[in-house]
Amino acid sequence: MSEEEDTVPSTDEPTEAVQEDAPQQEQGKDVPAEEIAEEVDAAEDTDSVETDVQGDAVDPGPVVDPNVVMVTLNGREVEARAGELVIAAAQRHDTYIPHFCYHPRMKSVGMCRQCLVEVDTGRGMQLQPSCMITVSPEMKIETESPTAKRAQEGMIELLLANHPLDCPVCDKGGECPLQDQAFSHGPGESRYIEEKRHYEKPIPISDLVLLDRERCILCDRCTRFADEVAGDKLIHFTQRGNETQVMTFPDEPFASYFSGNTVQICPVGALTAEPYRFKARPWDLAQEESTCTSCSVGCRVVVQSSRDEILRYQGVDSDPVNHGWLCDKGRFDFEAVNSELRISDPMVRTEAGLTPTKWSAALDAATRLIRESLEAGGPDSIGLLGGARGTNEDAFAWAQLADALGITHRDAQFGDGLPASILGLDRATIDDAANASTIVVLGVDVKEELPVLYLRLRDAVVEKRSKLVEFASIDTGLTRYATQSIRHQPGLQTEAIRDAADLLAGENVVVVVGRGNLAESADETMSALAALLAINPDAKVLPALRRGNVVGALSVGMAPADDAHDGLATLRAAADGKLELLILLGADPINDCPDSDLARRAIAGARRVISIDTHPSESTKLADVVLAAAAYGEKSGTTTNLEGRVSTVSDKVTTTGTARPDWMIAAELAIMLDIEGDIADVASVGDITAAIAAEVPGFAGVTPAALAADRNGVLVTAPTAPLPDATHHAGQRNSYDHRLVVGRKLYDRAIGTAMSHSIAKLAPGAGAHLHPLDIDVLGVAVGADVRLIGAKASAILPVVSNPGVARGVVWAPFNQAGGSIEDLIDASAAVTDVKIEVA
Amino acid sequence: MSRLTDSNLAIAREIISRYPRKKSALIPLLHLTQEQNGYVTDEAMRHLAELLDITPAEVIGTATFYEMFKFEPVGTYVINVCQTLSCALLGAGNLMHHAEAKLGIKSGSTTEDGMFTLEAAECQAACTEAPTLQVNYRHRYRVTTDDFDQLVDDLRSGALSGEIPPHGTLGRNRQHIPADKFVGAPDPDDVTEGPAWIPVKVEST
Amino acid sequence: MSTAITREYTPGFYEGDRPKIVTSRFEYEDSHTLERFEATGGYEGLKAALAMGPEAMAGEVKASTLLGRGGAGFPAGVKWGFTPQGVWPRYLVVNGDESEPGTYKDRLLMERDPHQLIEGCLIACYAAGLSQCFLYVRGEMALAHERIAQALNDAYAAGYVGKNILGSDFGVDIVLHWGAGAYVVGEETALIESLEGERGMPRLKPPYFPAAVGLYGQPTIVNNVETLANLPFIAANGSAAFTAIGTETSPGTRMVAISGHVKRPGVYEIVNGSTTFRDIIYGDEFCQGIRDGNELKAFVPGGGSAPWFVADQLDIPFEGKEAGAAGSMLGSGAVMVMDHTTDIPEAALTLVRFYAHESCGKCVPCREGGTWLLRIVERICSGHGTDADLDQLLEVGQSICPGEMPHAASERLGLAAVPFPYKMTTICFVGPSAYASIHSPLTLFRDEFEAKVVPAPKRVSIPVAAG
Repeated sequence: MSEEEDTVPSTDEPTEAVQEDAPQQEQGKDVPAEEIAEEVDAAEDTDSVETDVQGDAVDPGPVVDPNVVMVTLNGREVEARAGELVIAAAQRHDTYIPHFCYHPRMKSVGMCRQCLVEVDTGRGMQLQPSCMITVSPEMKIETESPTAKRAQEGMIELLLANHPLDCPVCDKGGECPLQDQAFSHGPGESRYIEEKRHYEKPIPISDLVLLDRERCILCDRCTRFADEVAGDKLIHFTQRGNETQVMTFPDEPFASYFSGNTVQICPVGALTAEPYRFKARPWDLAQEESTCTSCSVGCRVVVQSSRDEILRYQGVDSDPVNHGWLCDKGRFDFEAVNSELRISDPMVRTEAGLTPTKWSAALDAATRLIRESLEAGGPDSIGLLGGARGTNEDAFAWAQLADALGITHRDAQFGDGLPASILGLDRATIDDAANASTIVVLGVDVKEELPVLYLRLRDAVVEKRSKLVEFASIDTGLTRYATQSIRHQPGLQTEAIRDAADLLAGENVVVVVGRGNLAESADETMSALAALLAINPDAKVLPALRRGNVVGALSVGMAPADDAHDGLATLRAAADGKLELLILLGADPINDCPDSDLARRAIAGARRVISIDTHPSESTKLADVVLAAAAYGEKSGTTTNLEGRVSTVSDKVTTTGTARPDWMIAAELAIMLDIEGDIADVASVGDITAAIAAEVPGFAGVTPAALAADRNGVLVTAPTAPLPDATHHAGQRNSYDHRLVVGRKLYDRAIGTAMSHSIAKLAPGAGAHLHPLDIDVLGVAVGADVRLIGAKASAILPVVSNPGVARGVVWAPFNQAGGSIEDLIDASAAVTDVKIEVA
Repeated sequence: MSRLTDSNLAIAREIISRYPRKKSALIPLLHLTQEQNGYVTDEAMRHLAELLDITPAEVIGTATFYEMFKFEPVGTYVINVCQTLSCALLGAGNLMHHAEAKLGIKSGSTTEDGMFTLEAAECQAACTEAPTLQVNYRHRYRVTTDDFDQLVDDLRSGALSGEIPPHGTLGRNRQHIPADKFVGAPDPDDVTEGPAWIPVKVEST
Repeated sequence: MSTAITREYTPGFYEGDRPKIVTSRFEYEDSHTLERFEATGGYEGLKAALAMGPEAMAGEVKASTLLGRGGAGFPAGVKWGFTPQGVWPRYLVVNGDESEPGTYKDRLLMERDPHQLIEGCLIACYAAGLSQCFLYVRGEMALAHERIAQALNDAYAAGYVGKNILGSDFGVDIVLHWGAGAYVVGEETALIESLEGERGMPRLKPPYFPAAVGLYGQPTIVNNVETLANLPFIAANGSAAFTAIGTETSPGTRMVAISGHVKRPGVYEIVNGSTTFRDIIYGDEFCQGIRDGNELKAFVPGGGSAPWFVADQLDIPFEGKEAGAAGSMLGSGAVMVMDHTTDIPEAALTLVRFYAHESCGKCVPCREGGTWLLRIVERICSGHGTDADLDQLLEVGQSICPGEMPHAASERLGLAAVPFPYKMTTICFVGPSAYASIHSPLTLFRDEFEAKVVPAPKRVSIPVAAG
């Protein structure tokens, strides 16, 4: 990544490899680069003559590639791809055609008419919108003929007729396609002297997005996105003709998890996002390309900052991953990085509590705790949990440190995911899943946990590439698209799989498997997966583990050696007083481990606790030493997504206070602990990246050159391993009880969300969701409190009516304010049955 | 009542069943709800969204495109005076001025008693009978100012109530397809073969 | 049924011994009933079609060269042939959304002879293998709705529609569908969008024909009401009987509505191709000349979208190619006649206002340009226009219809005709119609516009965007 602070490229369109400048502007300001897709242009040497093995002196002529169509573009012969739109072919050949409604990731609508060019397909030159016609052999295209230019200037003039001249106070000014193209392709002055359209100035259409209908040019991008891409048809054109406007239904806001994308692709300043409004001018922004680590999809982003503060993330088009889209959590949780609550300096517990101190003192204290623990209980008495929130380098450095010290209790998960061995199965990529003939979703609500993966899977089903078979205890985001959505009682998914064997057979089947129910043992999911693979051994598996870099951390050394040393085992050991030291590496078990009671007892039971973290959490508050960690955007390195794709993350701003990257802390501790070897010798993060490539099986291809060459990163492979035996223990439900499902919502009390004020308020809050008929049976009013009584605790939650919940099941969102359903979860139980009483 | 009544709901379900895809029934159902309530309420649009498995935003997006749907109460009788060329040539402008004076309201508004809404309209496909107007979409031809006065008096007195139902009622009868005669409207995705009377392998063309 | 002030049909409507194909029953008060229909040869065409088989029936339609009566004038039999092989199901959508200014014929056919239309739909479905028919009727036609609903209920009860029609294996439903007030829905792809419950916005082209990709993405035949009303005659009497009427390029008859300043405005079924505008406007069996003995000033020959004609074009026959060469089009069979008392800018304003109002809002040139044109013409008509506005109209128009715009010849102005059609930057014809309806009056009567404007002040340059 270069450090150049260029003008911010427009990121509203796919950016794959090549960036180029778009039209030159007349008034000296750079135009946002329209970046174009350029994959393989290597067919140049097709005219080499084949060797004729028969010896006949017949010239075979040029090899004809059926996928190549030769067209004449502004007088020069160029090759286009069969089926390609004229506008796309022209852009690949450096000929920019102005446009507003065209977006390569959505269907053409031909509304703005800005991309009119002259096209001759043998019947003479005709003006045609280049976003609507595909190339054909011997087509002649004139994008800059007098007729084409007159048409393009005419469209700009018409678009500006009702567009306000408020560029100086508009957030989009400086990165506005309308402004830029008015200069590059417009007539220079307006002849429109009539009254402009007037509407109430920006109105909020959701908690995050505002709409200024006067600026809107009705290009159908946001509405098309909501319909085609997100499936959230909450904004729509209303009225007609000159009065057409984009609107929501009254009192039904645009509450989409993907609303921020509409702001990014809006070609004018009509849509603005609350977290960024009036924060910066585009020309003051500097940016670095990076990878989002809010979840494990690994969407490509640019991180934009001004005056050393992160102000915005924008999606970048990575063809195998996110197609340019982001979820709102990933887009707006930069606020957490800037939070005033950040841990800016290391802290050591004194009699006055946790007290900020210098790094030398804090590292001394940490070193002392480690040495004491080693002396008191040996390396088996130290537990290391975490790593999923950091980079591969962070996790690797800590794993190396743990190796050097002989620490066996370690894990990047703590009962909130699936066993690391799942990574050893025949793994599917996101593209595999989105092109499977059958997608099987097992357990996980993909929309809530991995939103952009949801977009990819939804697209596969809506575009009829794939059938979708879903196994769940409640309605999920994908239920309405599923070919078959099979409801099962929690704990009985193995039986459900066996009963549905005929749906799971066939070729090209991909299983997306995650942890849909935190109130049941992961064994239940693994048993169901085993049953599925027994039915269809050729099925590939896409592990839907949620945490940003959980796959990377597990891959580079943070995976437990066996069940006896995994995250839950570590917490149990701590709770039983068997651990001298618990090191929490960006981990907050009290909130992140489903069995919060176990986590609390573990932290209380461990004799010493070191926490390396960015924000204060319930767990850090109980630590003896807290080491201030650099956050996303403050450190560089690599991350690994759920499919095993390693891509770069970048530092854009300096760290908060004196915080340091996790890897650096590991290296410093290694030195202070007198550890010999690589970990103590690293001078830069690049050294660790190189060490990972050298030492981690499957990572050999992850070189700086390979990462720099392809923004899509490098796909790594994990050593194959058979699925471990997983017995499922759950039995039938007692008919007096309800069986508990605790699942994740996109917005909860996790640090990234809770510390971002714009999205923190979107968390739905705690509740006991029941089928309306079950509510009738209980005789309780919707909204009233009920007591859920489990084997070890009870919790009081308000009742929510939810017809998507199966009868006999109570569903409660995880980690929400207003109730503590987590108290009922017992990590050692197969399932959780509860009695419900009116509170 | 804004949601469809039980009897209208039964009609709605019959209408929906005639279409291979539910959303096709949206405009007929908007007419039905307008017939029930005189105009289209937000609650009615929510109900239609439920029935058709679409979002309320999709309902309002379609509904507001079409001029016949009103989103606020209008008069019992909506009088549309055509203003397009053929009528304009034969005095539509005068007729409109007269109508405004007679009703005491401007075009686009409703009389205080809620009886009449007056609107300027575009071509009503009765150009040879200019100038024309419609009362609740029932034509009146070659309307003189005297005719207009008489019309308003008749509407007020109820003399025309048998002929002109209140605003919202499109037809005083409805199509009904007897179940034993109904061929059916399968989703096109579920149809793979040509109709029975078309010889296999031979295209009708 | 009609009150004192409802004068239903113009006297003379069915006078004369011209051949009548689609209006043959109009002389009966009860022409809309099944009893009258059956008593006057009704459903005989359907029986003939069932006897000859679908292929032969389709062949008859093709041989008849029946041209679509909706405006584009495309041969119906050829249109049916665009359905892709082996793709099912296929649908019939009947375009009864008649709303082109000046046009009044489909509504009559629906109100006065609904069974004839139903029979036409059945014949089309039978011949082209269409498995369901949607009869889309303009919303603002309450009487047509009532008459068609009654006719369909009667026809279902009598076994003409629905399962096993007349005991055969032919079965099809006809669904009466209601529009709700949007002119643009008359465009066939917008009609399909509307029928799918969407905003009636025309679809992208390609694909150019709904016959390939139409309703629900399936092959769909969209035919106009009058087109289908011709089928019972063709089925019952054969294509030869049909082509014996009219001319070779334009066989059969056409319904034409002549409105405006004529003595006897009305809807007449005329012999296609040979009848001239002079016949229609001045002929004794038709309109009998201009009212009050006034002079003819101009007439719109083919619905509000068509460039205007003047007296110079009176002897052009009602035939598509000839009208096109003269700089206009026949469109939907609507002639609007203006006498010498007409204020041309005011007359043009009503049409510009119509098309600006009816823009769906999809294409920028129509949405923004149409309203811009309207604002300028309004300003001119209210006395606040300048001479610069006249050229500005043409400049805005260039963004809608680039290049030369068709118009009629004028001996008075020494102007030669520019033949139809025009080029356009929009998907459908609404935007270009807004421009055509001001361009042609402005070209032929610029003096009347100039009389309403004042000289322009010196132009002030307004930057297009602040930067």
